[in-house]
Amino acid sequence: MLEAKAGNDASFEHLLQRYRTPLVNFLYRMVRDAATAEDLTQEVFLRVYRARHGYEASAKFTTWLFRIATNLALNRIRDTRHQQMEVSIDAPAEEETPVLELPARELRIDQYMIERDSAEMIRRAVEALPEKQRAAVLLHKYEDMDYCEIAKILQCSEAALKSLLFRAYETLRVQLAPLVRMAASPAPEAPATAGKGRLS
Amino acid sequence: MKYETNCERIAEVLIAYLDGRASKAEQRAVEAHASICAACKERIEEFRRLDLVLDELPAIEPSGAFDARVRQRIADEPRDGWFGWLIPAPRLAFSLAFLIALSVWTSRFTPAPVIETRAPTVAQTEQDFRMIKDLDVLENYDVVKNLDALSELPAANQSQTAPDQDQKKEQDGHI
Repeated sequence: MLEAKAGNDASFEHLLQRYRTPLVNFLYRMVRDAATAEDLTQEVFLRVYRARHGYEASAKFTTWLFRIATNLALNRIRDTRHQQMEVSIDAPAEEETPVLELPARELRIDQYMIERDSAEMIRRAVEALPEKQRAAVLLHKYEDMDYCEIAKILQCSEAALKSLLFRAYETLRVQLAPLVRMAASPAPEAPATAGKGRLS
Repeated sequence: MKYETNCERIAEVLIAYLDGRASKAEQRAVEAHASICAACKERIEEFRRLDLVLDELPAIEPSGAFDARVRQRIADEPRDGWFGWLIPAPRLAFSLAFLIALSVWTSRFTPAPVIETRAPTVAQTEQDFRMIKDLDVLENYDVVKNLDALSELPAANQSQTAPDQDQKKEQDGHI
């Protein structure tokens, strides 16, 4: 990033190649729409480009990058929710609002058999988490960030983050109970030597 | 440090424990509690399995046109020109413009500056006052015309000037 700041276009191209896929995935899982995720990712790179002269190496680049992405995602979710509320208020009274599809608190095994696609179940369970919990899980599990970085991105304390993560994983454990029960137990490992593995 | 936990307090340390980032005391406390609480032992096991399940979350790849669109948007950004250094940041430029506008606006409400003059001395004031008092007299042409002061001029001076002029005329005539 420091080279990109100095006007090296090749360095900016390197940043684009390095971070485009993680950002698109993070934003896709946050906003639940691939096209919107791509638009927001472009916006992240544009903001990085515009702010390159003011970038200070004091903050880790990924923290800065994902903080921009998280803020954009949370703003988009809030705006979309606001628009949906306006639409529902303006909608004619006779039109029935479609029932919001929420996963059952604990899916039965027969439902799971109907669902068949475990990946879809997982996606829906993650997407059903509250935004901040979802962002915390995505950064912790899929971006492999440490607590300090995630806490900075979500602007909370590390203790609050751990509590947030616990609640999120607890919800997922309940939501994905059929899959969790069927999953093979990982080989027991001493926690102290588990390294950066997530929850294992 | 001795650290004890229970079913409620395990939430504070369980994630760090499973990540392998809990302190030794916290690890021992979690393991001690799990050894006597079957529910929490089961929960810890399910959290470990959940980690494997979440690995199956589908990922997507950016579309083929993604890079080109980013490059195009970057290319559309205004480049730093000759005067780019004058405005290093939009926030700074906005702040400066705001301050200038504020100072112009506030200057409309400030009273006009009072021009300080030196306090007149008592003698000067008296002189001015006397002049104003005599103004009618001075403006009266007849009074000025017949002012005695002119006639009181020393006669010697008048006579001295006249012969000088006569002598000069005579000299001019001889030449």
